Amino acid sequence: MTRVVVDVMFKPEILDPQGQAIANALPRLGFAGVTGVRQGKRFELELIESSSEAAKDQATRIAETLLANPVIEDFSIRVEE
Amino acid sequence: MGVVSFPGSLDDRDAVRAVRLAGGEPVALWHADRDLARVDAVVLPGGFSYGDYLRCGAIARFAPVMESIVPAARDGMPVLGICNGLQILCESHLLPGALTRNAGLHFVCRDQRLRIENTATPWTGTYDTGQEIVVPLKSGEGGYTADAETLRRLEDEGRVVARYMGTNPNGSVKDIAGICNEGGNVVGLMPHPEHAVDDLTGPTTDGLAFFASVVSSLVSA
Repeated sequence: MTRVVVDVMFKPEILDPQGQAIANALPRLGFAGVTGVRQGKRFELELIESSSEAAKDQATRIAETLLANPVIEDFSIRVEE
Repeated sequence: MGVVSFPGSLDDRDAVRAVRLAGGEPVALWHADRDLARVDAVVLPGGFSYGDYLRCGAIARFAPVMESIVPAARDGMPVLGICNGLQILCESHLLPGALTRNAGLHFVCRDQRLRIENTATPWTGTYDTGQEIVVPLKSGEGGYTADAETLRRLEDEGRVVARYMGTNPNGSVKDIAGICNEGGNVVGLMPHPEHAVDDLTGPTTDGLAFFASVVSSLVSA
């Protein structure tokens, strides 16, 4: 079994109004000095594949096909030890 | 004319009614069924297919019925996606670009003024170019976005079918409310023409012409 974590984030040029709303709320809550917030998604995949290289390949295909919309989102993948 | 029901579709019944009022014969299509029942056109209605899980339209794109609709659309069958239907068409890559959360974060529900800019599609043939219409807009993730090259092509090729008038309601780039594919047979709209087909229930009857247009284009074909 291999656990693979896929992080999906809006591309930098895509407006993230949810992240902006969080950033705007922070000063009101007493958190100063936050200059930006981007909100994304994290997926944890449990794969039967034991080779981490093959697991990473499979997760990449899953991310490209379903987890991320490449028009507006980037993803990054890491295998958890 | 087929109207697809996905789990979580809301506006399929209004779309069926709009097809009937426009003189078409509505055929209910089921998301889990690949059979398109020999329909001549398909409407993907609004709503929250599969609960909008993951991304709006992302799961619906892989529904069995879409395995039949995507190739049929590529072969020229008229397909109209409304609201969630537009999101599904973008996720299916039948239309370019994507929809994102409204710039103001709030769900927007209002009667929206639009300008019909492309009347060469089977869904808009009975409008006048530049005609202004009012139909409901109700969406939380209605902001259209695409990369600069895609936007340039949409504009150069006249593929912006409808544009928001007045204040931009959701941050859509270039006030885009609806687009079509290269062939013009696949049209996606964020606003809801199917809710504006009857004086009793809609703000206008301006939306009826989308459905009447495709009926007349199919009859004359």
